[in-house]
Amino acid sequence: MAIIPDKRGRFGQFGGKYAPEILMPAIHELEQEYHAAKKSRPFQQEFLNCLKQFVGRPTSLFFAERLTKTLGGAKIYLKREDLCHTGAHKINNTVGQALLTKRMKKKRVIAETGAGQHGVAVATVAAMFGLEAEIYMGTEDMERQALNVFRMRLLGSKVTGVSSGSRTLKDAISEAMRDWTTNVSTTHYLLGSVLGPHPYPMMVRDFQSVIGRETRKQILALEGRLPHCLVACVGGGSNSIGLFYPFVKDTQVKMVGVEAGGYGIESGKHAARFAGGIPGVLHGTMTYLLQNEDGQVNPTHSVSAGLDYPAVGPEHSYYHDSGRIQYTSATDAEALAAFDLLAKEEGIIPALESAHAVAEVVKLAPTMKKSQILIMNLSGRGDKDVQQLAKMRGIPL
Amino acid sequence: MSNRIQATFAQLHSKGEKALIPYIMAGDPTLAMTESLVLALEQGGADLIELGVPFSDPIADGPVIQQAAERALHSGTTLKNILATVANLRKTTSIPLILMTYYNSLMAMGIKDFCANAVDAGVDGLIVPDLPPEESDFLYHATQAAGGPVSIFLLAPTSTAERRRAVIKRSHGFIYYVSLTGITGAKLTDLSLVRQSVQQLQRASRKPVAVGFGIASAEQAREVGQFADGVIIGSALVRYINEHHSAKTFLTEIQNMAQQWKSVLVPVAAQSSAIHSQKT
Repeated sequence: MAIIPDKRGRFGQFGGKYAPEILMPAIHELEQEYHAAKKSRPFQQEFLNCLKQFVGRPTSLFFAERLTKTLGGAKIYLKREDLCHTGAHKINNTVGQALLTKRMKKKRVIAETGAGQHGVAVATVAAMFGLEAEIYMGTEDMERQALNVFRMRLLGSKVTGVSSGSRTLKDAISEAMRDWTTNVSTTHYLLGSVLGPHPYPMMVRDFQSVIGRETRKQILALEGRLPHCLVACVGGGSNSIGLFYPFVKDTQVKMVGVEAGGYGIESGKHAARFAGGIPGVLHGTMTYLLQNEDGQVNPTHSVSAGLDYPAVGPEHSYYHDSGRIQYTSATDAEALAAFDLLAKEEGIIPALESAHAVAEVVKLAPTMKKSQILIMNLSGRGDKDVQQLAKMRGIPL
Repeated sequence: MSNRIQATFAQLHSKGEKALIPYIMAGDPTLAMTESLVLALEQGGADLIELGVPFSDPIADGPVIQQAAERALHSGTTLKNILATVANLRKTTSIPLILMTYYNSLMAMGIKDFCANAVDAGVDGLIVPDLPPEESDFLYHATQAAGGPVSIFLLAPTSTAERRRAVIKRSHGFIYYVSLTGITGAKLTDLSLVRQSVQQLQRASRKPVAVGFGIASAEQAREVGQFADGVIIGSALVRYINEHHSAKTFLTEIQNMAQQWKSVLVPVAAQSSAIHSQKT
């Protein structure tokens, strides 16, 4: 298999650097700095040390015994990224990029956030490394995730609401890119997913690949064999690519990415790019994009703010077209039912994003043999979603 | 390749004039108004006109142009009907028209189809703010094959010497120098640095250099016109259009504005004679 991305940041036809000229030198600098850091032993050691001491890695690979019994099929393991410091996989990438920011001698970071998990992770590393941070968040998401907004502010970050467009993640990214354009010499854009212009999709994948590398080692130690299937939710696609990437060459391992089906694909109100999108360019990268026939980006819907985005990481588009990864979707209703199931069967409240992966496990596990192993990435914990759920269910807190 | 843009700059150069290049958002408030605006601006003295193609997620634009794009989309503007508007304008005017569009709009039409349609309609130039030279091969070859429109690339204060060379090589109509490190409509403060960079560029290439982003007043236009080959006025004009388009005298006002801007871009002798001829 060819090494991807290529030197131009291409995953087949996808990826690339579709960015305004003003940003190109900074993107180039970041690329060079990242390549140097990747080869630097002290950098990698500091990164791994931070993941161990600050993030709390390795996270466990947990055998979900009751869920396995209930579903009556494959043996289900959960990769517990919800146990990371700040409650989601997002911190793996923010630690890596914060170290890079230091290397580039920049003092300020900016970021976008949807569910608020990336924003909290950025605010956390900014505090830990003594960086100034400003987080852009759609005003609709600020409402859905008020707790995380408060958390970011407690950590000393500035949270700026974005009320343009659909007032969600995509608009937050646009605004962060505008800030970067304006303050490019002093500021690093700490992008939270495998999106944006090269080198971001590659760099974020590399930082998140710790998930898959640990999982591989853990399952070999526990079971002495590789899993039959991996399942993860796909918003931008960083937790999924983090789990999948170290298994890409193990062609016997099946991989399933779960997108947000919203009110159902047929309703048109969803964020399933592989069900309704075609290739296009958004936020610096060429990838599958939900758009109308005139190329305007379509509004998306998902109960989960973290999956509510019209484009997907370009590497996913590549694996989609090559057939290496299968993509499916779970509706809001399926994700909510799965949320309850995991809470009651395993004593784990998953993030609404991760609940989409649980929904797929519910469908998939019973179709598999009891001797087969299924690993799901439990990308984050659901504490942040509790208020929203109570509101949806009409329960005053 | 027929190129009205190059011809216009050559003609201006021979008269010692600088180009006035207004930017308006096509379809803001309506495409019918866009047609009237192009003609009024031309009457007032605009030399080339940039037509913005509205996009839902314009990452290089400040709030003024973002909101103009939202209004244009709301009024039903599409790339297809912008091209129809250009074709219609071509019945009455031969002023060079340049589309400023994000890449996804072109992809959605199909790059090759877009080039053919743009040539048919009479579009002369193309600026794609999210397409740096290194990603432009496909579009570039398609424009070459279709015989237009010519590509215009942006250079920024942050651009390196290597990037300058790539932009010079690929730009055919003119080179668009971004006067500040920021988004459209931001406040322009340091003109001496802009002068230095533009002059450096003019030494490296014979292609015309137009300056845009943040030029908001005739005074700034005059200053920039002293060294650049063209001055682009965008956000300030777009804001004015939004605030005044329902006024009865609107198109006359627009024409007067263009006249005022143009008056500072002609040689001083011509400036006084223009005033003289107005009086008589």
